[in-house]
Amino acid sequence: MKLKVNSETIDLDGLDPATPLLWVLRDEIGLVGTKFGCGISQCGACTVLVNGKATKSCSMPISGVGDSEVTTIEGLANEDGTLSALQQAWVDLDVAQCGYCQSGQIMAAEALLRSNPEPSDAEIDQALDPNLCRCGTYLRIKAAVKTAATNLQSAG
Amino acid sequence: MSLNYEDIGKVVPGLDREFQRAENSASQIFKLDRRQFLKLTGIVSGGLMLAVAAPKTRASAGPLNPNGYVHIDENGITLYAKNPEIGQGVKTSLPMIVAEELDADWSKVNVVQSTIDQTKYGMQFAGGSMSIPMNWDSLRRAGATARAMLVGAAAKQWGVGPSTLTTKDSYVIDAMGGRKASYMELASAAAEMPVPDPASVKLKSKDQFNLLGKRITGVDNQDLVQGKPLFGIDQSIPGMKYAVYEKCPAIGGKPNSANLDEIKALPGIHDAFILEGTNNAMEVMPGVAIVANNTWAALQAKRNLKIEWDETEACTDSWSAAQASAKEISEKSGSSVVNAGDVDAAFENSAQQVSGLYTYHFVSHANLEPQNCTAWYHDGQLELRAPTQTPGQAVMSSAKVVGISPQMVTLHQTRCGGGFGRRLYNDFVCEAAAISKQAGVPVKLQWTREDDMAYDLYRAGGFHQMDGSIDSEGKITGWRDRFTTFTNGGGRPVSGGGMSAGVFPGGLLENLSVEQTALEWKTRCAAWRAPGSNVFGFVVMSFLDELAQAAGRDSLEVLLEVLGEPRQLGARGMHTGRAAGVVKLAAKKAGWGKDLGSNRGMGIAFYYSHAGHIAEVADVSVDSDKKVRVNKVTVAADVGPIVNLSGAENQLQGSVVDGLSTMLGLSVTFENGRVEQSNFHRYPILRMSHTPEIDVHFVESDYPPTGLGEPGFPPLAPAVCNAIFAATGHRVRTLPISEEGYSIA
Repeated sequence: MKLKVNSETIDLDGLDPATPLLWVLRDEIGLVGTKFGCGISQCGACTVLVNGKATKSCSMPISGVGDSEVTTIEGLANEDGTLSALQQAWVDLDVAQCGYCQSGQIMAAEALLRSNPEPSDAEIDQALDPNLCRCGTYLRIKAAVKTAATNLQSAG
Repeated sequence: MSLNYEDIGKVVPGLDREFQRAENSASQIFKLDRRQFLKLTGIVSGGLMLAVAAPKTRASAGPLNPNGYVHIDENGITLYAKNPEIGQGVKTSLPMIVAEELDADWSKVNVVQSTIDQTKYGMQFAGGSMSIPMNWDSLRRAGATARAMLVGAAAKQWGVGPSTLTTKDSYVIDAMGGRKASYMELASAAAEMPVPDPASVKLKSKDQFNLLGKRITGVDNQDLVQGKPLFGIDQSIPGMKYAVYEKCPAIGGKPNSANLDEIKALPGIHDAFILEGTNNAMEVMPGVAIVANNTWAALQAKRNLKIEWDETEACTDSWSAAQASAKEISEKSGSSVVNAGDVDAAFENSAQQVSGLYTYHFVSHANLEPQNCTAWYHDGQLELRAPTQTPGQAVMSSAKVVGISPQMVTLHQTRCGGGFGRRLYNDFVCEAAAISKQAGVPVKLQWTREDDMAYDLYRAGGFHQMDGSIDSEGKITGWRDRFTTFTNGGGRPVSGGGMSAGVFPGGLLENLSVEQTALEWKTRCAAWRAPGSNVFGFVVMSFLDELAQAAGRDSLEVLLEVLGEPRQLGARGMHTGRAAGVVKLAAKKAGWGKDLGSNRGMGIAFYYSHAGHIAEVADVSVDSDKKVRVNKVTVAADVGPIVNLSGAENQLQGSVVDGLSTMLGLSVTFENGRVEQSNFHRYPILRMSHTPEIDVHFVESDYPPTGLGEPGFPPLAPAVCNAIFAATGHRVRTLPISEEGYSIA
């Protein structure tokens, strides 16, 4: 079985095809930025992009991934290694408290900005409501999404 | 002796690139050539350490390392963060305090989580909002001590008096001599200076602070946004297996037998066995362990477990039964906690009496990172990578469980995906240690969300029969609280479940009575963010508002009247002047008293906890279907000087969101000893679209700084409930308010 993750093709053998993408990323590939929170698609800590769409990797069996492109938080930085606009906004606004949910939040925001570069407050709410933050950093998350959107727009 | 980069890369992969970077920056700073740079002095702590023969310093001396917090060598400044990072921001704020007195250039400081070493660091834990108040003075002195040695070294080198020198951004500056030297250049010479008595070093005055009070982004943020392995759950050890552990859903139950052979035959399963445990809920309760090649195999096998439980000693706790008992108890007196003045006489002579039964449910901590620990027991030693709030306690407990001396345990502190008090207890660490020992392999124990919700140490529910009286002028004359709480045995209330004389309005009202009765409860209860205060705040601040409303008075005016003249209430109590200060500030900033139109109102609440004085005003709309919208929350806090403004504001915003989340719909209920909630679909934590605007203000008083992880939580629920009353005329006396039919709009 092959999996395309962060622009690399990875050979995986001997895995149960029902294994959720989350555990393949974490245990087999060593990409631990994607987090386990609930296992039932309720918290969004495991959010990754599958063909650019925000997807809960805890509930996506690898058999369902096929040829799709998987992007995780580790694959989000710019090609030159600098932080992406979203990542940089997260640092600049000091969004995180414990930080555990933030990879999922950033990936959900990435999916939003790819399809909607100038989201309204309500659109940000809608896109990020699936992602819980137990520490309650929602206001900063929203501000960071807006900052990144503005910076991406002005960068053209 | 010299090595080329390729050789270094062979010894420690990746280190060659680190060294290349170090050389590049060192060559710029020191104008060194490559031959000078590559002077290896030896092997330190299992790694290679480079020493740069910087000009004008003595090459023989070691780094400047006068205490556990500061390490300066030719390559840079490292500051050690001593306490667990659970989201309260101490990995950034504690080193900031050192950097301030050191006058270090924060942008170039490297912060590293320290080892667990009580001789160096004293107590290391995350709890009670204690990190800032307990370490403020010693961290300042740690920074100032290192600074004094650097200044001393420069003075000696230049032949001038230390008092003629100043420091800034990691440089000692001789303004008169027109020269300066970096801390890195001076480090080895400074290391040879006598270490001054920390008690004698001169500290800055508040107006000399350059770093403290600024907005500083967290030291782990760069790594966090790239998904680097910071958390307990991200750790691994070569050869590690993945473990899960199944316990009886009712605490006290033991496995008689389990289908271990079937489980062991499943694909990817390494081992499965029963652990008798220590039968101590803070250590290892009896259960069945599964050790697998990956987490998924372990989780699948866990689902296929068939265990016959012996429940003869299992708990049968029932929330509905507790509610029924509490109703009866509330009508009778309990044991007296406070009995000031004459409450009965006050009630008898009053113009009006007010009564109400307040109830709050049990809640769970629900850390987003489920409990986990990586453990490797081998050859009489134990190595742990643990997301714990009490690393020292984790070492002691796990050593006991596997039968070795605590000296044989090494614990690496990891970042914690939330604490809230749950990780003060190290049951998951002890389980991992016991499973590793039995399986003979390194393991990462992973709890599921369902495990986390079923085996928490819960915040206990409680019941308060409140009675109060007012005189003909609308002044409060008497106050009685008949409290029904829970005990995990012996009659002593569970942690966070006991009233004390200091609980508001203790010391403020002449006639005050608090009585307490504890119901037996077997399920473990323990500290939960702002223990005690997180529920007492709701009860007392709501009831104060009830009395004010009954008197037909403005609740802000009554609150200020009760606080009275500025004074300190006992050594650890509130200062009523600071309290009144934040109450007035919150009211002013929120526009207290302005007309909000119909179905909308404001509520105010103040609470003193964890040495923090905090007032909150909620602006709330309620529609005819009891749908609540919190438009805005205004917070005013007095915790002394602010260390990191960004972190401080984040803590208060987070406390408001957590407070709202918990009061709206969070409840853990028990029947037949089992928790009825299993995952987030039954435990609805607040989401982004329901987050109100939150406006935070600080009174930066000159009192010593105190912590902010907890005190922002207690005033939120009463502020919102008082606002609901202002909007609707209905008094909410139950948390979560969903129990009274309210929901979030």
